[in-house]
Amino acid sequence: MLWKCGANVYEYRRERERRFKGDVRRVQAMVGVQEAAHPRLVTPGEVISQDTSFMRGHGTYMEKGVQVASVAGYVTRVNRLITVTPLRQMYQGAVGDTVVGRITRVQTNRWKVDVNSRLDAELRLSNIQLPGGEQRRCNVEDERDMRALLTEGDLVCVEVQKICDDGLLRLAARNIKFGKLSQGTLLAVSPSLIVQDKQRMHDLPCGARVVFGANGYVYITPTVPQEQASTYIVNFEEVPVEVRKTIGRLRNCIKLLAHHSIMISPTSVMTAFDMSIEQEFEIKDLLKPDVMQDVALATVQSMNE
Amino acid sequence: MADISLSEAEKRYIVDGVKLGIRVDGRERLDYRQLEIETGLVSTANGSARVRLGCTDVLITVKMEMEPPPPQQPKDGQIHFFVNCSANAAPEFEGRGGEDLATSLSAMLDRLYSSPLSLDTSRLCVVPGKHVKVLYVDVEILECGGNLFDTVSLGVKAALWATRMPRIYITGEDGGELEFMVSDNPQEVDRVDVSNAPILITHLRITENLTVIDPTPEEECCGPVQVVVGVTPKGLITTTQQLGAGTFAPQTLSASLKVIAFYYHPHHAHTFWECSSLFTLVAASGQFSSKT
Repeated sequence: MLWKCGANVYEYRRERERRFKGDVRRVQAMVGVQEAAHPRLVTPGEVISQDTSFMRGHGTYMEKGVQVASVAGYVTRVNRLITVTPLRQMYQGAVGDTVVGRITRVQTNRWKVDVNSRLDAELRLSNIQLPGGEQRRCNVEDERDMRALLTEGDLVCVEVQKICDDGLLRLAARNIKFGKLSQGTLLAVSPSLIVQDKQRMHDLPCGARVVFGANGYVYITPTVPQEQASTYIVNFEEVPVEVRKTIGRLRNCIKLLAHHSIMISPTSVMTAFDMSIEQEFEIKDLLKPDVMQDVALATVQSMNE
Repeated sequence: MADISLSEAEKRYIVDGVKLGIRVDGRERLDYRQLEIETGLVSTANGSARVRLGCTDVLITVKMEMEPPPPQQPKDGQIHFFVNCSANAAPEFEGRGGEDLATSLSAMLDRLYSSPLSLDTSRLCVVPGKHVKVLYVDVEILECGGNLFDTVSLGVKAALWATRMPRIYITGEDGGELEFMVSDNPQEVDRVDVSNAPILITHLRITENLTVIDPTPEEECCGPVQVVVGVTPKGLITTTQQLGAGTFAPQTLSASLKVIAFYYHPHHAHTFWECSSLFTLVAASGQFSSKT
């Protein structure tokens, strides 16, 4: 649609809102935000406020005395601080975050890991716990056998140890709970949708373990009865159908929550899971846009109650 | 095609799932995902369609020209396919990187529509031996997220269905040259009959004797070999091609072909409709208009 030069900005916004409402199938952003009934959506370069007494937060900058958005997202205000929460973003990284990553390269004494960030993160050999929990310095032998521990394509659950000056994330897995992930399925959502939480690995009551990586990678695996001593040996046993059904349903529920921009937490995922069972939807039905919307709305409603 | 690497554990999970009859997203082996078809987006073309299936996104435009026919087929119109893999779709398409894929796609489409049973080209004739209509079909791959061949063929069928060619009248003759008048009435248009136009269905071999249709990029990663089958709404197989390095056991191949011919046949179509919305869309091509 073409707009004449100097067309009224408000007219434009009204038109845009109308199109957003009409085309529910394409733009699904309005379902999940709970704090305000009508959150303000801004695009980069849009003036947020003329008032100079507001403080400038993330996602904004000052230009000629007015506050302008630098990303597309929702405006949130805390007292005098205005920030724009982006709808989609790459992972920025924060020390102590638990993230899920995929090994992209094996190099001398370090692995390169894709963590949905601008740069591939690094995981040093000295920063992982050796199999069997041995406490010793890594030697040349270990360096030679790096591929036996982790190879290209493997998924790992690690924590961010440090953010280097150039933005490179340094990872560490010096704990029994970190390490290679076994059979399951990976989902990528926007990191801004993952609820901040100390606990990242959840054994959900439906019988699956979900790792909500702070970087937006969500991994769903069958629950393991007890922690295995070695975290680098993968179990290749066949996963039974019942567990697969649970994992598939969870996967589709997380997908639909992400599609409708609903924050993803164990609570919201379990609510969507229960809602989909309650409304007697089959797992593959949850791939249909109208069913997805029904479940998403039901989830939001049930969580607001 | 897709540039992702999976860990052994993930592959194992996908392969075992197919063996047990439940895929990662809960579908069965022969289930299609929901797809979205939009027609009439490009106002400068005679017909256009955009299809999204999962992450795959293709835009197809059809343009009509009047040209003299080749001497061996004086009464037949023509249809030409051009495929462009945009570098936006995948980084490896940059420069000439997408050319191989584009060539194999356009060759596949050429073969798919070469049969007179799939598209009646004689109806594109204006003056036998002198002027025929030529349809130029341009396929633009905007995003590549698995199951590309099926998506492209669906888009081509939808775009041909949406094609509206202004009616041409012969008004007179001037020194051996015919004079034409092209109708500027938007209601006076000719349509292409796509009731027999074929589509492609890809079978991906996941493990011995087991194939899946409509694979996700992750599933494509687990099985390198695919067989692409072109089939018309009457259940007639017009073309087959094997893609990727690997082998198909004869019984696997014939089973895949049978499944396609069987389910796509109108007599049996209703059984398939229940498990997939795709075939409702394609079989009753009138429903393409639901979005526009």
